[in-house]
Amino acid sequence: MSSSEVIEKIKEALGDIIESIEEGKGVVHVFVPVDKIVEAARKLKELGFDHIKDVTAIDYPKENVIKIIYHASSYGNVELSKYIVGLGYSIPRDTERVPSLYSVWTTADFQEREVYEAFGIVFEGHPDLRPLLLSPPVAELKPLRKDFVVKEETIFRK
Amino acid sequence: MPEENGKVYVGNVNVAAKQARKLLLGKLRLGKLVDWGTAFSLWPVHLTTSCCGCEFAAAWSPRFDNEQHGALPWIGSRQTNMILIEGTVSKKMACAVRVVWEQMPQPKFAIAMGACAIDGGIFYNSYNIVRPWEIIPVDIYIPGCPPRPEAVARAIIELQRKIRREGIASKFVEEGWRPDKDYVKPKEDLCAWWRG
Amino acid sequence: MSGFVSTRGQVGFNDLKIPGAWSRKIGKDLYEVFIGPQHPGSGHMRIIIRIDGDVIVEADPDMGYVHRTMEKLGEGREWIKGIPLYERMAIHDACNVTLPYVRAVEQLLGIEAPLRAKYLRVLLCEINRIAAYLYGFGIFGVFVGHSTMYMWPFGDREVWIELADWLTGARLTHSYPVFGGVRRDVPADFTNQLRKAIRYMRKRLEEYRKIYVDNPVIRARLEDVGVIPKNLAIELGITGPNLRASGVLYDVRYNDPYEVYDELDFEIPVFQEGDALARVWQRVEEIKQSLRILEQVADWLDKHPREPILHDRFWKTAPPLHKKIFETEGRAKLVPLYALLKVPKGKAYAKAETARGEITYYVESDGGQKPYRVRIVSASARNAIVFKYILPGHRVMDLPTIYGSIDYFPPEADR
Repeated sequence: MSSSEVIEKIKEALGDIIESIEEGKGVVHVFVPVDKIVEAARKLKELGFDHIKDVTAIDYPKENVIKIIYHASSYGNVELSKYIVGLGYSIPRDTERVPSLYSVWTTADFQEREVYEAFGIVFEGHPDLRPLLLSPPVAELKPLRKDFVVKEETIFRK
Repeated sequence: MPEENGKVYVGNVNVAAKQARKLLLGKLRLGKLVDWGTAFSLWPVHLTTSCCGCEFAAAWSPRFDNEQHGALPWIGSRQTNMILIEGTVSKKMACAVRVVWEQMPQPKFAIAMGACAIDGGIFYNSYNIVRPWEIIPVDIYIPGCPPRPEAVARAIIELQRKIRREGIASKFVEEGWRPDKDYVKPKEDLCAWWRG
Repeated sequence: MSGFVSTRGQVGFNDLKIPGAWSRKIGKDLYEVFIGPQHPGSGHMRIIIRIDGDVIVEADPDMGYVHRTMEKLGEGREWIKGIPLYERMAIHDACNVTLPYVRAVEQLLGIEAPLRAKYLRVLLCEINRIAAYLYGFGIFGVFVGHSTMYMWPFGDREVWIELADWLTGARLTHSYPVFGGVRRDVPADFTNQLRKAIRYMRKRLEEYRKIYVDNPVIRARLEDVGVIPKNLAIELGITGPNLRASGVLYDVRYNDPYEVYDELDFEIPVFQEGDALARVWQRVEEIKQSLRILEQVADWLDKHPREPILHDRFWKTAPPLHKKIFETEGRAKLVPLYALLKVPKGKAYAKAETARGEITYYVESDGGQKPYRVRIVSASARNAIVFKYILPGHRVMDLPTIYGSIDYFPPEADR
């Protein structure tokens, strides 16, 4: 199965939910509206994408957008196991609540907690949403957002 | 203590202990024995704070065998008298390090291992780390990222020399505390968030 | 058989407590026990368990004691500085851990390392893998109170560390793969010593079997403990030897070969039992396969003469002095171009099989000198979820066994 066939399969399964498809090196990002994410995830799981490798959140302050991407792949299906599909959605930066995909992929349990502590985004429907790696006072800084800057020393002049 | 009828006179134990200590450490020079004994029974506690723990483990493996210096990592903090900070200490770990340090019996010693333990090393600008000298008083620093196991052995030997040269252990027995070592940060700063 | 035994709802998660192992009563017959971060296995992790008698009813892995915020620091540093930074996740598995980052950036740059560099990367990856497995054995030995199993693997690990030291100049933090190639060529006589090490290791593995894996006491402690059924392993998304010991055939080297793994002849061992003993056997078998790979790499290196180990794009900018050093000593010094390297806009996803499982890097560039976002999820970070779902139903005495058999490495998990 080639990567274009995988994309075709996903297009077929998700239908008109898809907002946009972006291809990167070694990954395909499929963006859907935030309120359709659980439905899309279920369909993707039926296709054979049985676990997620990570939940990535990326902050774009210029466009006032945060993208949250679930990188899914397959263990059960050897042909699909080669490919990574990023199922994602973008939300405005001040969004506080988004749906959790814990009910679809159990793997999201710890990963969503990590996004919660680093970006301050609450996943609704997650059974146990607490900071995972950081202590509560540090988690309040929302450290992985771009407006939290760490000072960097360098030998080059700025 | 006034003597009364029907009661046996009992000497003041504190005074007797003080005099005995004076005699043993002063005239008989048992202080040297105390220092010698402490220097060759430095037992580090099993508390690994960061990735230098790989070399910490290798330092007690057959090739480098730090047990020959009388040091052996031990399980409980109550039975140990040395702490080896391996690399970075995160803000979450800082409280644990302080609690373990407080649990250890006196006289106790600390070695800080790796560049991160000196001033942050490669993580100097991370928002989630603290410098080990802010948490506990450190005796010896080992540079390197990570230091080789030989460097750990060298640090232990240096600490042994320091104990015997400065008579740290015997001074502790005389005075009851180490005047040169105090905390930089109070415990509340490190552990405040534990209470929630 | 263990599985989902959750008492959530009956006992609420209270506030966090002072570390160290202590317990308190939280209900009738239910105690909360804090294990770590100071515990006999020198782990940097705390597990909060709730026990009824001595049966665990709920486990809550409390990670993050070594969280050094690598993802954030990576965003503020030049591309090349990411290699030594991310290496600190698992310094004894340094080549495997940094390789996907290097490959992701290479994909964005549109370059590929020369064939010889690829073989050299595989060489160090497998040396690291064996050393990391032996490290895992040693720590497991400490956990189950088997001192010999700490001493032997740590002694044998020095053989591989010494080889890596000879090849790269550092015991653990090699920073060996760089964009477009590797830093050094093999020293003369390296392959002969490598073959000697392989022969030695084969002999030792047999002795490990006698003293450890087939030891009746160890078997009594490991067999049928911490069973991860196949469907649960897939559902939890665990990875590495733990996954393969549960009967799932997934290895990045096999499913999505990178570097030259598709040209090499090796097998992926798979066990069906999914218990702690199977996970130990899995690692023993994987070492044997790594030895096979190393033999083939040594043969290839013997047959092929020295050729460039850096991509032309970088090598042509090297000053004449650097080229001379390469010809005489086999060292390729970092060219100045790396310091101000700009990576074209785009996103890349790369994965590799480390000793503990699959590590994935999502790298996004906005065309500047620094990465826009690097998201790393390491093998241990994905395996940590096991404690939450597998520990319930076991006795407290099984906790060290399960913790050790998962080969969980906190600095890698916390990043």
